[in-house]
Amino acid sequence: MLRLKNNFSIEHDIAGCGLCGIINIKKIRTNGEDIKKAIALEHDRGNGLGGGFAVYGCYPEYSELYAFHVMYDDLAAKEATEEYFKNNFIIEKQESIPIFKTSKINDHPILHRYFMKPKSDREDRLFSELKDDDFVVKSVMLINSDYDGAYVFSSGKNMGAFKGVGYPEDIADFYMLDNVEGYMWTAHNRFPTNTPGWWGGAHPFTLLDWSIVHNGEISSYGINKRYLEMFKYNLALKTDTEVIAYILDLLIRKHGLPVEMAMNVLAAPFYQTIDKMEPEQKELYTALRQIYGSALLNGPFAIIFGYPDGMVALNDRIKLRPLVAGTKGDFTYIASEESSIREICSSPDVVWSPKAGEPIIIRTVKTNAKTAINTENISQKQRLIIS
Amino acid sequence: MTKSSFTNVQSEYLAVIDHAKCIRCKRCIQNCGWGTYSFGGDKIIADHSKCVACGRCYTYCPEGAISILKNPTVMRENGNWQDYHIKNIWRQSETGGIAISGMGTPLKYKKYFDHILLDACQVTNPPIDPLREPMELKTFLGKKPSKIELDFNEDGQPVLKNKMPPQIELATPFMFAPMSYGSISLNAQKAMALAARALGIVMNIGEGGLHDELVPFGKNIIVQVASGRFGVNRDYLNSGAAVEIKIGQGAKPGIGGHLPGEKIGADISRTRMIPAGTDAISPAPHHDIYSIEDLRQLIYAIKEAINYEKPVSVKVAAVHNIAAIVSGVVRAGADIVYIDGFSGGTGAAPTIVRDNVGIPIEIALAQVDQRLREEGIRNEASLIAAGSIRSSADAVKAIALGADAVAIGTAALITMGCHVCGKCHTGNCSWGITTQRPELTRRLDPEEYGEKLYNLINAWSHEMKEVLGAMGVNSIESLRGSKERLRGIELTDSELKALGIKHAGM
Repeated sequence: MLRLKNNFSIEHDIAGCGLCGIINIKKIRTNGEDIKKAIALEHDRGNGLGGGFAVYGCYPEYSELYAFHVMYDDLAAKEATEEYFKNNFIIEKQESIPIFKTSKINDHPILHRYFMKPKSDREDRLFSELKDDDFVVKSVMLINSDYDGAYVFSSGKNMGAFKGVGYPEDIADFYMLDNVEGYMWTAHNRFPTNTPGWWGGAHPFTLLDWSIVHNGEISSYGINKRYLEMFKYNLALKTDTEVIAYILDLLIRKHGLPVEMAMNVLAAPFYQTIDKMEPEQKELYTALRQIYGSALLNGPFAIIFGYPDGMVALNDRIKLRPLVAGTKGDFTYIASEESSIREICSSPDVVWSPKAGEPIIIRTVKTNAKTAINTENISQKQRLIIS
Repeated sequence: MTKSSFTNVQSEYLAVIDHAKCIRCKRCIQNCGWGTYSFGGDKIIADHSKCVACGRCYTYCPEGAISILKNPTVMRENGNWQDYHIKNIWRQSETGGIAISGMGTPLKYKKYFDHILLDACQVTNPPIDPLREPMELKTFLGKKPSKIELDFNEDGQPVLKNKMPPQIELATPFMFAPMSYGSISLNAQKAMALAARALGIVMNIGEGGLHDELVPFGKNIIVQVASGRFGVNRDYLNSGAAVEIKIGQGAKPGIGGHLPGEKIGADISRTRMIPAGTDAISPAPHHDIYSIEDLRQLIYAIKEAINYEKPVSVKVAAVHNIAAIVSGVVRAGADIVYIDGFSGGTGAAPTIVRDNVGIPIEIALAQVDQRLREEGIRNEASLIAAGSIRSSADAVKAIALGADAVAIGTAALITMGCHVCGKCHTGNCSWGITTQRPELTRRLDPEEYGEKLYNLINAWSHEMKEVLGAMGVNSIESLRGSKERLRGIELTDSELKALGIKHAGM
């Protein structure tokens, strides 16, 4: 049996890793070749036990439908899960996720995708008035925790995750990502340290339109998990990355925090910084820490967080993991190593190392804005202009 | 009945004087609050029966001529009928009264803190060096909203929509436990007030009212409203950083208090606002709180009196059903809940209660924290854990089990010289702590012991930072409630379950 879920006798899974991200702010779509090249250069940051990609803008023809990517251990699991889907969703289309049998990926689960939307007369409507998004979240959690041998690894609109056990470049070949196009890509190369490889444990981790790739170990996992459980999140996977995705879902979708402010919860400014702020700001940031202290991510991490309107790169409060950013025209690149960026963009306009705890937010634009990131935020010291 | 001049209860300790070393300076006579020593014309004589091993005499003997020994006279050993039982039978058969004791229980119950081990980082995540990186202990006590409410100003920048509910800010997650003027001396209270102010934490004046000399320390004081309502008026409620309603105490759950009339001198009488010489009796219940809805009324009566500007705390003793009780207290409107565990200290309690009633703080805390989370109301109130926090390690473990902060009482008294002799109720404390005798209280210099208290909390805070750093986190909120960083050792499955932690190796 393939490992879809974390049934290991551990409280939480930890891993070292490499990561990459590419975004075109004008939403011009490119195929998966560049991201594969970039993450392949970070081959040594993983150990072949997990690789994966998230791509945004890959299903324009179904952009109003939730695209579920599901892994199944066997046909029985598929049947049981599809029964649930049929009862609760209108399924517009379903098909096998196209794969290419490569010698590098020996064993794989049944990989299937569904384009669907929740039924308006679904059963739970008898008891509550969940919005579609909430119902999808609930469904994903239900399947991932209660349906043996089934695991939903992607559930957003016009985006998808492609992941598995193997080196990321092999996973890219396996899913034939050179046939997939998107305006934003993230990639992950995994080096798990306390579990063997399991398909569900590969990154990115996604929920609705959020996707996370993450290098690090969340030392505050215990309290982050208990905090999320207060809001009825079910942490079935027991991974750090799952915690980050759920915290962002809570902060941004449920509590309505602006993305930047959510990042200030994950990597909260130190009180010594807050104490120097103007009174109104100080009050706000103090309140943020008072209310969301249990959501602070503590320990070493570098994450790339994708959402439909952009990409965010963030380091922990004292930068214990590498993270480099670079831009070239409408493209912004994020990677664990500068060499990855240069592998696919030999002369970037700017390359810099984001400061500890300061998010780099790259938003897509509709107009012809010149640059996506506010370069004023990059301190001169960190900035390396390539002429 | 005529009182026999002989007693079966033999001296527990022997105060032995080395007459070759003794220079007859008589400091021991002066220092002993118990009258153990007298001068026999040419040498010091000790009445062993009065000695409680409080340690004052040998600490201050300039020649090192005094030794306090455990009385070697054996009582016939019996695993079942132990000294403790036999002596209490003798004592009570002589007096016919309830056995009274001071301090927390000295009996050897299992101490769960001693069966919990902490985690640290190796390889996969780096430990953090607190001498080189910021390490945050700042703690806010009070109700927190479950989510932030934002407005956006004309520049589109987010600003707070509503003001945060009132909070107590602690520079480090420690506070001094409630001890009243009356149970302890004013100088002992002053030492804690000085230390609390210097440390940026708070002390709690207990139920004895607020002495004039402590008024300037208001920002660092929690004022208490207990069943006796001593010294309570509108100004009193508004003079501190918070108001605490005392329902119970870990050393004596379900039991009130009694400060005998002979201890109510002019000063205490004024502070407690009762006539001099009358007994100060705190009833077992608040006679206006016979149920949870009554507590709610008192909480809101106090909030009205303080204009909702300060948090209201409720102090309860850890009893069997503590999780449900605290849930009710939080829903009744408490901003802070102070949980005092079995083995917590007291100035005086019936020995039977002190030694047999309640549950340990470790288990109570774990259960309360879990219950509040399950109900989704953990943010509604902060939790303070108390009941013999003996070290920074105990404090770290309490915080990982779910406490926002810990309170120390006995440890603070030990800092002031207390040797935990357990005779607080007699009013003879040689160290000037649990006494009102002026010749004894004046020896406790608030400045000197305030500095020692400062040192203690400072040292414990540094130790806490070291442990946080080893765990790879740089803020106390990442440890708070993080039971995943705890492992049990030598605990049964039921104990692990009650604590909500795993066994070592799991």
